[in-house]
Amino acid sequence: MKKLVPVVELKLPILPNMELIATQTAEVIANHMDLSEEQSGEISMALIEACINAFEHSKTENNVFIHFLIEEDSLIVKVIDQGIGFDKTKVEIPKIENKIGKNERKRGWGLQLIQALMDSVEFESNGEGTTVTMKKNIKN
Amino acid sequence: MNGFIKSTKETNKIVIIETEGYLNNEGGEAVSAICYEKINEGQNKFLLNMAGTKVVNSIGVSILIEIIEKLQEVDGKIGYYNLAPIVSKTFNIMGLTKYSSVFETEEEAVNGL
Repeated sequence: MKKLVPVVELKLPILPNMELIATQTAEVIANHMDLSEEQSGEISMALIEACINAFEHSKTENNVFIHFLIEEDSLIVKVIDQGIGFDKTKVEIPKIENKIGKNERKRGWGLQLIQALMDSVEFESNGEGTTVTMKKNIKN
Repeated sequence: MNGFIKSTKETNKIVIIETEGYLNNEGGEAVSAICYEKINEGQNKFLLNMAGTKVVNSIGVSILIEIIEKLQEVDGKIGYYNLAPIVSKTFNIMGLTKYSSVFETEEEAVNGL
């Protein structure tokens, strides 16, 4: 019989700094999974950015849902919003050289940070919402 | 004093700002307010002691990029010390370390900036 994957679910209202509730939960789960401090920090940082994107860019007042799937060899974190969606191909990869001294908006780093900090990231988005699925493999 | 700013002091003509808590947009704006005020008074060297800041977001860090840009106009510099590993990693990914300096300790920072 297939073993059930333990899942922790959070529902966050779009209010300032609610992403910190998600990071506190992630820390507890990381401790449970015996992840390193480095991995725990990377998961928390990626989660902050995914939550902020969901809060800011979904253009909705609906709640944001976060699912932590505790697998044997990895932690999968899904950040789900019910917003207007986005086209990842239209998101520019930021470079600091293009931002300093060039009257450019300094923000827009979220996706790059998420991709740099997690082992894999998938985006599913349509007019009814976006799901960001981030995976951190457990190092032996 | 804003809740994010724990203290400020001056050493060797360097303004040292000690932070505490989450570097988000409000935290970043609190730092930039002090930096811009001091720049207007003629200061151009700044250090952030981030021992009390274990969590950041990219919006707060983006405000540090604005400060770096402003400091370029006055031939100034900014550096950071006592960074948590994930904060240091975030600064690296965003490229801040190309335009500003990370140090281990206050002594190293004051001598090296």
